[in-house]
This record gives sequence, C-alpha cells and structure tokens, in this order.
Amino acid sequence: MSKDIHNQPIDKGHSLWSDAWLRLRKNKMAMVSMVILFIIGILCFILPAFSIIPDPNTQDLNNTFLPPSGDYPLGTDQSGRDLLARLLYGGQISLLVGIVATTVSVIIGLIYGAIAGYAGGKTDSLMMRIVDILYGLPFLVLVILFSLLISEHAKELTDALIGRWPDHAVFIKKFVNLVPLFIAIGALGWLTMARVARAQVMSLKKQEFVEAAVSLGLSHRRILMRHIMPNMLGPVIVYATLTVPGFVLTEATLSFLGLGVESPNSSWGILLSEGANYMETHPRLLIIPSITFSLTLLALNFLGDGLRDALDPKAAKD
Amino acid sequence: MIRTVISRLLQGIVVVFCLLLITFMLVRLMPGDPFSGEKAHAAHIIEKNKARFHLDKSNTEQFIVYLGLLARGELGDSPVKEQPVSKIIRHSFPASLVLGIAGMIIAILIGIPAGILSALKKNSYIDYSTMVIAMAGISIPSFVIAPLLAGQVATRIPFLKVAGWGDPLDWLLPALTLGLATAAYLARITRGGMLEVLNQDYIRTAHAKGVHPAVVVTKHAIRGGIIPAIAYIGPAFAMLITGSFIIETIFQVPGMGQHFVNATKDRDYFLLQGVVILFGTLIVFANLAADIVLAMLNPRIRA
Repeated sequence: MSKDIHNQPIDKGHSLWSDAWLRLRKNKMAMVSMVILFIIGILCFILPAFSIIPDPNTQDLNNTFLPPSGDYPLGTDQSGRDLLARLLYGGQISLLVGIVATTVSVIIGLIYGAIAGYAGGKTDSLMMRIVDILYGLPFLVLVILFSLLISEHAKELTDALIGRWPDHAVFIKKFVNLVPLFIAIGALGWLTMARVARAQVMSLKKQEFVEAAVSLGLSHRRILMRHIMPNMLGPVIVYATLTVPGFVLTEATLSFLGLGVESPNSSWGILLSEGANYMETHPRLLIIPSITFSLTLLALNFLGDGLRDALDPKAAKD
Repeated sequence: MIRTVISRLLQGIVVVFCLLLITFMLVRLMPGDPFSGEKAHAAHIIEKNKARFHLDKSNTEQFIVYLGLLARGELGDSPVKEQPVSKIIRHSFPASLVLGIAGMIIAILIGIPAGILSALKKNSYIDYSTMVIAMAGISIPSFVIAPLLAGQVATRIPFLKVAGWGDPLDWLLPALTLGLATAAYLARITRGGMLEVLNQDYIRTAHAKGVHPAVVVTKHAIRGGIIPAIAYIGPAFAMLITGSFIIETIFQVPGMGQHFVNATKDRDYFLLQGVVILFGTLIVFANLAADIVLAMLNPRIRA
C-alpha cells in the first residue's frame, strides 16, 4: 500500500477531459440520458444476439394483433410478428443510420472545415461560399433524390456480394440496402460540422503553440494533424452527439414516407408509419414505438447539450 | 443597406440556380423516367411523349430548353399529371402557405413567452420544466405527435375532424403539430438571448435608476433579447412551408407536400423542378427578410 502512495504523483492536475467529466457528472439530465442510451443500446445490439428474441420477420397470420402476453411481451403486429423483436431490430437499424451517417458527416465536415480555416484568404472564402449555397438547399429534398440515385447502384452491389457469399445473403441484404441512406444523409449533413471546424481552426491558428510549430518549420500537414486536430476534439464530439438525433430523425422521416429503409427490414420509422395505420383500432402499435423513439431522441439531445456545457463552457448559453 | 439587399438577392439567384441544376441532374440520373411507371404504353407512344417533353434530347439541351421556359415565366407541363406545373402549384400552394403561417403563429405565441418567462425565472422549477418540455418538443417528431393527436384527441372532441381541410377549424390540429417543434426551438433561443441581455450593464443601470422591473423587461430587455429568436424565425418559416409534407399526408391537407413526394416517386421531372424552385426561392427570401428585420432592430449590424 505504501508503495502505491510513492508511485502516485502529488497532484494529478486537471486535464480538459477530467474537468469536463466532473461538469458532466453534475448534470443530472445528461447522466440519466447516458444510462437510458446505454440500456437501449444493450437491448438493441446485444439482446438479439442471444436466441431469446424471436425472428422479427416471421409472420404468423393466426396470431395477428395479439395483446402483450408471456409469449409476446409487447404483443404482435398486423402480420403476427413479435413487436418487441421488431422494435429491437428496428432500433439497430435506426441507431446504426444515426451513428454511421454522423461519422461520414464528421469526417467530411472536419476535413473541409479544417482546410478552409487553415488556408484562409481566398480559398477559405470560396470554400465557405459553397457551404453557404449548400445551406440554402432543402436538406430532405436532396437526401431523397440522392438516396434514390445511389440505391440503384446499391442493388447491383448487393447482387454482386450475394453471388460471392451466398451464405450471408440475409446479412448482406440487410446492411447493403442501408448504404444509400448512410451516404446520402452523411454526404449532405456535414455543413454545420464544417463551420464548427473552420471556426475552431481559425482561433487555434493564432495561438502561440501553433506559431511555435510554424517557426520550427513543420509541414502544414503535421501542424494540422498533430497540433490543431487534437485540440478540436471537444467541440467536434459535442456537435457529433447533437447530430446523431437529427440523422436518426431523418431516417425515420424518410422511412415514414416510404422512401428510406425498405421492408421487410424494420426501423423505427417503419414501425411508426405502420403503427399510424392502426392508431384507432390498436393504438399500442403506434404508442410503443413512439415512446421508444422519442425517449431515445430526448436522451441523445440531453446528452449532447450536457456535453456541450461540459466540454465547451464558452458556447453554453447560460 | 440597399446594396446589401441587392447583393444578397443576386446571391439568392445563384443559390436557386445551383439548386435547380442539382435537382435537374439528380432526377435524370435516377433510374426510370416519367413514362416508365404503371401506365405501360406502346413504344411508339412513349417515343412521342418523350419528344413532346424534349426528353429525347441530351441533358444539356433539355436544360437550355427548360431555362428558356423559365425566362418566359413558365414552369412547363407535368408529364405524369398532364397539367401545367404552374396550375398544380397554384392549386396546392395556398394550403401549405396557410398551414405554415398558422403553425408559425402558434410557435411564436407559445415559444417566445415561454422563453422569456424561463429566462426571468432562471434556475427555478418553471425554468427547468419549460426547458424539459421544450427539449421534448424538439425530440418528439411531428409524425409521432400527428397520429396521436388525430387518433386520440380529434376522435374525442366533437367539433374537430381527424383529417380534412374544409373550414378554419380543420387548420388547428395540423398547425399545432407543425408549430410545436418550432415553438420549442424558439423557447430555447429566446431564453438564451434574454439571459445574455439581462446580464448587461444597461439593464442594471435601469434597475438602479428605479425603473419599474416590468418596464425594464418590456422596454429594454426584450428588444435586445428577442434578436436571436427573430434571426431564427425567418429560416424556420421557410422550413415550415417546405417541410410540412408529413403533416399534410397525415391530416390529408391538399398542399404541396404530396406533390413533392409523388413527383419524386413518379419521376415527374417538371413538377419536381417547379416545386424545388419554389422551395428554394422561399428559403432565400425568408433568410433575406430575417436579415433585414435584424438590421433594423440592431443598429450595430446595419453598417
């Protein structure tokens, strides 16, 4: 025990991250949200791996619209499919779209914004004018057009992949069909991230440690990657977290309109749109997915807000 | 000021042109065409139809022909609906506009007072509960609220209909659904803006001079605190008009939303282009209007 004491530094100091963690822990809503998201994540991604949950696509026309019971914890839907299974598998897709599309948009936005901010001058104003123009375009309109366009090529890709690995046909069909959505949402949703990244680079560029790196004669690439990028992590994480719920919502909107995830795949958007058809006779089919979906978005938004207050105290509005 | 407006208008034309170009290319890159739908015609009829809409020409030629149409103030005919696009838009736009205006009014009436109240009672239970409700309003999508309102509320209140667009009472539920999310955003933005102003020296001075607290708020604080909210209202209004197609579908409002979705599905090139031009123009003007109002309210931006 005494050994431990000697090995420990006297004062560990407070890094940005430990300070942020302390601030985040004080934010009750953010902590509750984190727990809720953790539970939803485990339920959606880990539970279906064990065979307790029935297949979400097995139809049983003798058992449609069953109320919740021992066999069907949340009852069955209009085709006799287990609602709990559909909810969990649908959650996988919805969350996956949110996370993957956010990753795509963060990568594009970060690189674009960092280059614009670092280059400055005419390059910067040209690049940001392009962002301004893209901002003026209706997001949902373009996502719909873009995803329809890529989905044709995705079908070819699916066929090619299934021809190569026929054993994994189900898995391939499930995920390759989602690729157009990932790309369309991510490729059009990076604008805010680009603005955030640019602003961040512009303010970092003027600081002494970057000037020191420049006077040492380091290459632009090295300055950007080693000295500027690591210092941008805070705001980037914050805006990424705030982007996820928006993209999950976009997926649900598209699927609700019949332009997103295609059945028999389920997603929360599909469950909501199917549930809306039976809202008068079987409100359960609408209300259960609604609660799950809204709770997830609420938790993501609260967590994003909490992270912003914790990591980026200057941007906090109170 | 006038110079800024003119340069912004020119920039707006560029935005709408880019939007048109992108839409024009994307719809033509998509598989299928307006005549490949359910109505399977003989090959020679399809050829004739394509020739009628210049679809047999190259994309560049088509674009030039289309620009010529626009220059004459026309939007072309819809190959699927066999009607002039301008006529379809004239018949459906009023409903979307009314819905958007009603939604915006509801959003302003709920959002701004809630935000001001929240800021004045900072860190009280009123503040916390308002902000939690606002977050819920942002998180719960309209296509969850809309069916619940239609199925659970409208069926229980005798004078409300589940769907339809006959008399102004029918506007209430769709407008409420549309306005709630915007109200929630407005509440959060107004609160942030008010809090910033309430910490300023001139507010403290006014209090120190013994000005009545109510007058300090109404005469001094709100004028500055509401600026971020107004900056948001312009673009939000355009979003309400262009983004209401889900609500229009659920409540069966005869607006533009259905045309937009169907035109995308049917590859109705001309209708889609017409709708996109209208949407883009609306967004440009809404942003411009917001900037002009902001410049009038805040002398520092005016320059």
